[in-house]
Order: sequence, then structure tokens, then C-alpha cells
Amino acid sequence: MTVPLHLAVALDGAGWHPAAWRDPAVDPRELFTARHWAKLVTEAERGLLDFVTIEDALSLQSTLPDGPDERADQVRGRLDAVLLAARLAPLTTRIGLVPTATTTHTEPFHVAIGIATLDHVSAGRAGWRVQVSPRRTEAAHFGRRRLPPLDPRWPDTDLLADLFGEAADAVEAARRLWDSWEDDTEIRDVPTGRFIDRDKLHYIDFTGARFSVRGPSITPRPPQGQPIVTVLDHGHSRVPYELPVSSADIVYVTPHSRTEAEAIAGRIRALPREGEPLKIFADLVVFLGEDAADRKAELDEFDGAEFTSDAAVFTGTADELADLLLDWQRAGIEGYRLRPGAVPHDLEAITRRLVPALRRRGAFRSEYEAATLRGLLGLPRPDSRYRRAAAV
Amino acid sequence: MSAPRRQVHLAAHFPGVNNTTVWADPRSGSQIDFTSFVHLARTAERGRFDFFFLAEGLRLRELKGRIHDLDVVGRPESLTVLSALAAVTDRLGLAATVNATFNEPYELARRLATLDHLSEGRAAWNVVTTSDAFTGENFRRGGFLDRADRYTRAAEFVRLSRALWDSWRPDAIVADQAAGVFVRPRAIGTVQHDDRHFTVEGRSTVPRSPQGHPVIIQAGDSDEGREFAASTADVIFSRHGTLEEGKAFYADVKRRLARYGREPHELKIMPAATFALGDTDAEAAEKAAEIRRQQVGPQTAIAFLKQVWGRDMSAYDPDGPLPGVDPEPEEGLSQGRVRLADRTAVAAKWRAVAEEKNLTIRELVIEMTGRQSFVGSAATVARRIEEFVQGEAADGFILVPHLTPGGLDDFVDEVVPILQERGVFRTEYTGPTLRDHLGLAAPGPTPRDRPGLAVPRPAREGAS
Repeated sequence: MTVPLHLAVALDGAGWHPAAWRDPAVDPRELFTARHWAKLVTEAERGLLDFVTIEDALSLQSTLPDGPDERADQVRGRLDAVLLAARLAPLTTRIGLVPTATTTHTEPFHVAIGIATLDHVSAGRAGWRVQVSPRRTEAAHFGRRRLPPLDPRWPDTDLLADLFGEAADAVEAARRLWDSWEDDTEIRDVPTGRFIDRDKLHYIDFTGARFSVRGPSITPRPPQGQPIVTVLDHGHSRVPYELPVSSADIVYVTPHSRTEAEAIAGRIRALPREGEPLKIFADLVVFLGEDAADRKAELDEFDGAEFTSDAAVFTGTADELADLLLDWQRAGIEGYRLRPGAVPHDLEAITRRLVPALRRRGAFRSEYEAATLRGLLGLPRPDSRYRRAAAV
Repeated sequence: MSAPRRQVHLAAHFPGVNNTTVWADPRSGSQIDFTSFVHLARTAERGRFDFFFLAEGLRLRELKGRIHDLDVVGRPESLTVLSALAAVTDRLGLAATVNATFNEPYELARRLATLDHLSEGRAAWNVVTTSDAFTGENFRRGGFLDRADRYTRAAEFVRLSRALWDSWRPDAIVADQAAGVFVRPRAIGTVQHDDRHFTVEGRSTVPRSPQGHPVIIQAGDSDEGREFAASTADVIFSRHGTLEEGKAFYADVKRRLARYGREPHELKIMPAATFALGDTDAEAAEKAAEIRRQQVGPQTAIAFLKQVWGRDMSAYDPDGPLPGVDPEPEEGLSQGRVRLADRTAVAAKWRAVAEEKNLTIRELVIEMTGRQSFVGSAATVARRIEEFVQGEAADGFILVPHLTPGGLDDFVDEVVPILQERGVFRTEYTGPTLRDHLGLAAPGPTPRDRPGLAVPRPAREGAS
């Protein structure tokens, strides 16, 4: 019997190809409007996808590893992803919303209450794509830390270890804050005049190398208890996959073949982990349809370079992709985060062609089976950790 | 010929986390469910209000080291919930208090510009700073700001934010698919700022937003606060009760504007106001008294007394007389709310009132703590509001209902139509942006000349 796959799409501007905005099917003047994003997320929801992620960074897009490149022929500019996700929440009812937020220059307290609030306004559909900001350009926007220019040929492993460690700390602080209000904190007890039972509010007293947070949260426990935490990991850090295994619910990985997929899944499963197993999603950039190769070639020509990516690039029909996804599933991949090469074309190919193709193979849902993102992922709603502690 | 009648501006404050918000009433709904925010925001928009307002508190209030448990508590991250509200409202301005002590300009300017894009020009920011280390314990910046630095940080924060908002030329995005030009060469400037509180260099990721600059609100009554508002703010959120106090404040703040080359209409003065409505003035007065009893329950009365006296008063009967004990002037103050100055004098005043009027503890607290600003029939309240606005004591009010989420319903159904009939309040929005509602001009595309302004420089290179 086939186990259903989980399917997400990664949204970013007009798509992942840098010339995607030149496709006449998209209106590039709309990229900074809610209307553009509403079309995309409602299309994804029509396809019954598990969730969308929204890309973000605290510096302009660039073809250089660090610093602006002055290119006028590609999309530049992004909106804050958490606010964008919140803007989309009332327009949708079932799909998960997973914005990117960095842990390097932000306040963990603000990020935690932002994601908790996204969970409240979406009635339990929030997630967080945790990201670090390793660039000198981003550090200069804050003036609090000096970072060397990022050079991917000579990655500074000490710096990356530091940033990933800080990310793990930020997730831990957020998770404690989300639990810091037990579910039944609000009692509204008129005889005693008490709105809350303050014994159910908890100081989190998190202390890490770079910050500390006292708590409790100012925001009551989110509907999911714990919103979904996701991390993209290329396996290049000093201890590959340590951050997602220690901190996340979902890891996005970037195998370029079935063999690599199997090897990555094996490495992740070999690491010690508490609680629910980490879900392994593979990232793929997809150009779909009979004319996919031609479309990609045309965009490459516009851009003056052949498109490559950290993730594998798939070009082909929806049926071919469905077969590949199921093949990699047998190698240990449980879900996919598909990055549409160009929207709306490749997004609609996912929702209207790939999804039915997977369904014919018994590998995708025909209706939403749960009202929360945790529910769609088959994860139970956890008790507050502080409640467990009190029960001992 | 008489002068044209001045128009009233109105805003709706989501009920706060203090005893003003009544939770024991059966009509009281959730303070955190999104549906409550939607109800109040849509009610305000139905009433053609200028904006909806969310306050902020970044640490739960404590009293002598214990979390205060008698009042409504728990709220969302303000800009996140406002962004969601942008999806369910069309014209209503969306305003939030966001602390300038525990945020960084690049990130906050970006979030505010994002909200302005996602709401098509309806974002506003109430700039506050905090000087307490207690709140700082939740933040990596930690610590606190010296009181003397509060306004220098706020002013520098706003200057830098405006430089970031100005850094994309309004016509930066070309998006010409055929020519292959998305962004106009050299249209994204580099902000360079190096001053007392911030050192920032780089480019914004957000195109110029529909309002150019989100609306800036300032709350604070000190001399520095008034000066900061006069130099920088679009709206001032004040707290003065009487018509006379209001007139004095209004005249003082508007007079300061000239120093900064600004016209009186460029800064709107909107005090916070509470209200109680009834079919008649007498019925409204009864309702107001009932609301005050709900706001000051027996336990809350004792809690207030503890605060003023600085000592444990829980042994006393809230429905009994004020005990003869003296206040404890050196006792630790409560955390997370405004500190009470000169405890001995305050306590002496309370005792005098209690003795003169023969009040119980609870009656005394009801008497001495914030009563409603407007009490009366809809006609009376509308007349009082107009009196303030025509009398130049205010440009309008930020209304604070005592019930979530239905506390504004009566006001919108009954008072707004009277103000509209009197020709002093809009019947339809006349423009899409909050600046339009407030009668504020769009900021120029280039920064105005202000001392210390970080001026965007053109990018070094054009397109490749």
C-alpha cells in the first residue's frame, strides 16, 4: 500500500527562476501586493497541499554571495514573510502557512509571538522556516555584529556553527514561550476576581550564549500548542543535520538523486532524537509540462545563464515527476517542498496535474483531513512541557 | 461668515490589559481569538473611523514579584494581527504601538512598510520607548534606556526609518517584461547612518509603500514628548480629561509646530476617551456606575490600595472603611505599569476624599481611578465630542471600549450617525489611505531637510 506523500510549495516572487517575472502569465507589477500572493496561496489550497513556505531575507536578492549586484533585470525586493503569511490567513481555511524568519538579527521573543499570533489568526495553521543570516550585508543593516563577507568557497565553519547554535537557541526559547501559558491558564473566576490562574504561567528563564529570555510569553498558547518548525539543511555544517534533528519538526534536504536521498535520510535517522520523528522533505525546483524544457530554456536565455540551484532541478511532465517522488519516497523521503520555476504556470501544474497524478497512484489526499497544520502532518497536539513537569 | 466646522477624527482602541476592560460581564468575549479583532475592526470601519489601534506590553505585569491575575491578560504580536486584519477591512487605518527600545530600525521599518503595502496604505506606528529593565529581561538587547535617552533614541529611530522608507524612488519598479528591466538602475539608494544610537548601512528590501511613510503616532505628555511630537509625529495620543486641560495642551502642542516649519493641521491631537451610553443621560449615568463597579471588583480595589499604600492590604474588607495605617514610601513599586509618584501625598489625598465622602475602600477606588470620559445619551455624547473638537481641545478621540468585542457597537450605531448629521464626521471614506482620512499630505519623495537625517545616496553602479 502506498503511504500518502506530504506536499508543500515554496513561494518566492514570480518563481525560482530569476527570469520568471518575464513570463507573460504573471503581472510583475503585482509582486508586492496582497493580490498576487492571495492568488498563489488559494491555488495551492485548491490543490489540497499541506502548506506553503514564503521566502525572506534581511537583504536584497543578489547573484553575488554577499552584497548587492546592481542587476536591473531580476526581481529585487521582498516583503516581511511573517506579516505576509498573516495577511493570507483570513483568505484561506486549511492550508498551512510557513514564513521564513531569521534568528541572527531578530529578537527571539518577537519572532516567537509573531509565529504564535500567526497560529491564532489562522486557527492553527502556522509554521516557521528558521533561517540564519550569515552575510556581512545583513549584519551591516543592524550594526550590532561585524561579520566577514560570505564566501561560499571558503565557508567559515566557526561562524556557521555559531549562527546555527544561535538558531537552535532561538527555537528552544520560542518553544518554551509557546508552552509558557498552559492551555487552561485563563479561568475567568468571578468569585475570586481572577482572570487567570497564575500558577499556569511559567518563566522560561532561557539563557544561551547570545541572548536570554525571562518570559512568560505575552501571547496565550497558540492553537496548535507548538507551531511547526522547519529548517533547510544542506548538510554542510560541522555536524550535518544537527539543527533540524535537535530543533525542528520538518527538515528540507537537497538530494540530487535517489542515491543521495537515501544517504541523507540514513544519516538523519542515525542521529539521536527525542519525541516525534523528524519529517524529511526533499526540495526540488520544478518546471512542469510537455513544454517545460523549452520554457526553462527561454527563461535561461532571458537571464543569460543556465539556471542552477542548491536543490535538484526537475524538468518534465507531472506524471514523470509523480514517479520520481514515489521513487524517492521509497528511499526515505516523506514529503516534498516543490519550488515552482515560474508562477502561476508551474504552481498550477502542481495543483492541477501533479496532485491528480499522485492521487491516481494512491499517494495524495482527496480532501483535507484536519483543520490544523499539525493535523495534516499527522502530528498530535502536545501538552505544554510545563504541565508535564508539574504532573511529575 | 462663520468658520467651517472642524471635522472629528475617531479611532478605536482594542480593549487593553488593565482593569478598564471588563471580563466578568457575560457579553465579554475572547481577548485573543481573531474573531474578536475582526468584530471590533469591522465595527470601526462600519463607523468610518480613521483607524484601529493596538497597544503593547512586552512583559506580563507583576505586583511584588507575582504576575498580576485580576485583569484581562494575553495579546497578540500587534503588526501580525494588523496584517491579518488588512484582509478583512478595506479602508480602516491599522495602528500599533511598537517599542523602539527593543526593536532595530532596519527590521521594524521593513515590517511597517510591509504592512503599508499589504493594507494598501493604512499603516500607522505609535512610537514608544521604555526605560525599565524589567521588560528588557525578555530581549537580547536587554537592560533599559536611560530616561534622558528615551526621546533621542525614538527620534533617531524615526529619522532612520524614514530614510529607509525614502530610499527606493517611487518609480523604482519598472517591471517591463519585454525590455527585461525590473528595477530602474540606481533607483534603490544606500542608507548610511552612523549616530548615537544606531549604525546602519545598506539598502531596504521594500519598495516605497503606498503612504510613502506610515503614519507616526506619539504618546507622551512631558515637555520632551510634546517637542518630539511637534517635530516628528502625525498624530499625538494624549490623556487629558477636561475641556480646559485639553485646550491648554492643544494650544501648546500646535504652537510648537511652527518651530519645525509645520502647519497646525499636520499634527492631529487625539486623546484617549472612554464612554458609557444610555437612552437617557440618567440611564447612562447608572450604566457608567455599573461599569465602574465591574472594573473595580473587590479584589481589584484591594490591589489598587496596595499599590498606593505600598504594603499588603489584603486583610482589609473592600466593603469596609479605609484603615488607619500609613503608606510605606520605600516599598518596591509594582512592575510593568506606570509608577506612582509621591506615595505619601497620594495616600493623604485618598484619605481626605474617603473621610469627606464617607466611602468604603471599593467606593474610594472607584472614585479615585479613571472614570468614563463621556457619559450620556448618544446626543449628549455627540455634543460633548463636538464641543471638544470645535473648542480646539482635540481633533478627535481614540475610543477605548470596556468590552471585547462588542464594546463599540452602540457608539457606532448611535453616536456616529448624530455626528454625521451634524456634518462633522465623514459618511464615506474620501480616500484609500490613512493619510487621506487624517487629512495629511503624502510625504515628498525625497527627505525633507532635517538635522541628522541619513540621506540616501544613489547606488554606485547601474544595471549590468
